Amino acid sequence: MFARSPSPKVIPGFGLALGITLAYLSLVVLLPLAMIPLAAFRLAPERAWAVVSDPRTVHALALSFGTALLAAAVNAVLGTLLAWVLVRYDFPGRRLVDALIDLPFALPTAVAGISLAALYAPNGWLGRLLAPLGVTVAYTPLGIVVALVFVGLPFVVRTVEPVLEALDAEVEEAAATLGASWSRAFRRVVLPLIAPAVLAGFAMALARGVGEYGSVIFIAGNLPMVSEIAPLLIAIRLEEYNNGAAAVIALAMLAIAFALLLAINLLQAWNRRRIEA
Amino acid sequence: MSLLSPRRAHAVAEAPAVRFLLLGLALAAVALFLLLPLGVVFAEAFARGWAAFAEGVADPDARAAIRLTLLVAAISVSVNLVFGVAAAWAVTKFDFPGKSVLVTLIDLPFSVSPVIAGLIYVLLFGAHGLIGPWLIAHGVEVIFAVPGIVLATMFVTLPFVARELIPTMEMLGRGDEEAARTLGASGWQIFFRVTLPNVKWAALYGVLLCNARAMGEFGAVSVVSGHLRGLTNTMPLHIEILYNEYNFVAAFAVASLLALMALVTLALKSGLEALGGK
Repeated sequence: MFARSPSPKVIPGFGLALGITLAYLSLVVLLPLAMIPLAAFRLAPERAWAVVSDPRTVHALALSFGTALLAAAVNAVLGTLLAWVLVRYDFPGRRLVDALIDLPFALPTAVAGISLAALYAPNGWLGRLLAPLGVTVAYTPLGIVVALVFVGLPFVVRTVEPVLEALDAEVEEAAATLGASWSRAFRRVVLPLIAPAVLAGFAMALARGVGEYGSVIFIAGNLPMVSEIAPLLIAIRLEEYNNGAAAVIALAMLAIAFALLLAINLLQAWNRRRIEA
Repeated sequence: MSLLSPRRAHAVAEAPAVRFLLLGLALAAVALFLLLPLGVVFAEAFARGWAAFAEGVADPDARAAIRLTLLVAAISVSVNLVFGVAAAWAVTKFDFPGKSVLVTLIDLPFSVSPVIAGLIYVLLFGAHGLIGPWLIAHGVEVIFAVPGIVLATMFVTLPFVARELIPTMEMLGRGDEEAARTLGASGWQIFFRVTLPNVKWAALYGVLLCNARAMGEFGAVSVVSGHLRGLTNTMPLHIEILYNEYNFVAAFAVASLLALMALVTLALKSGLEALGGK
């Protein structure tokens, strides 16, 4: 006789578990999210276009994506440095610093927002030091970048750390045997190996930064056409009961974010092929 | 190990001067971007002494905000814990078409702006929304009321438990559960006696992060709350109102409670990581 192979569903509970998952996901996420295209397309095309091409909308979108890109780039460098120091060096308080890296994930954004605003306000601890240098952070786009660097800081550190931990010492040894200096070995050997992790962290920080609201609005000053971010403009349109306009701006945000993340994924795939070749 | 020695031998070690420079830069960045913002919260909260701090925290509106925040966090964390367990069970114990799509969809709330998370519920349940007018006619208020706040918080915190449980349960495999089934255990017995003991720390880790986000959520809640003092103000919204009224001591006093919650979260998280060898 043939031994009966175990039925693929030996473990019970498939129907219940998948049922709960799909029902909850549909009711809380998918159905409500479908409201954005629904509400946006209920608007006449020329009215929707008027919302998108409104200079205030264009500026808010450009500001949100521009500051998020800049902050993610700062975090790529800063995050790599922090991951390097945390993985490679032994120093007193290393575990404390490692735990502290996740502070932006745990600290509510509104708390971060008022704290950064207080720090960088013209009479704040840091604002007072920067003012004589002619640098104004609070109530300018620079303040938005500072807030987004804060909220996005952990992403790159946490994606690069495990890769550095796993980095094979032999690879570096080989480079050293071949006479490469440290900086050359870092650039030619280490950097290409951690690049995918840096880029992955960059993408996460970017996605987070584009939509960030709580930590930004206190330090930004929120002047239309100067320091008004796209999420705030959505909130303002909603307060005016202009649901259609809010949905159109949200749809534009989601579309641009999707295109950017798609581009980053293509870059990752291209990079993988290049390394394997 | 001597100060600043590499944690393990590396063939290509940077010069000591470079090492000091890199460490100095990293610590300066941590101090500037993480420690200073944290320190300011407590410094400002106690800028006028204990009495002013206590006054800010004991204010009836502040107390109502604290109660609402705890209520919203309790509901959304429990619901998302049940969802996370169900989703992880379905994804890791069975094979079915569309599984990877499902896993991607579970992470979706992380890539949506909190303001958009609030917006979608206004478009659905608001006075000018899809089913809002009908609900309001039947006496059900979702937007500018507690149910809307709970829904928006549930949305933004949905992935936390599931994304901790799925990799852990994937790694543990199905062998134990299949063996228990062969020995005649019921589904619930398998879950509580076999699976749960193996994943309890991962679940707790997810609950911890879920709770921190639930208590601190601002953007999504701000859009649906209507900011009714003592009624629909959570702690983050109360902080915003106090701050905009230039009542800085009270704003930072309430903020310091949330900062304390964040510090406790980080400490417990480190403890769990040490426990699980993460």
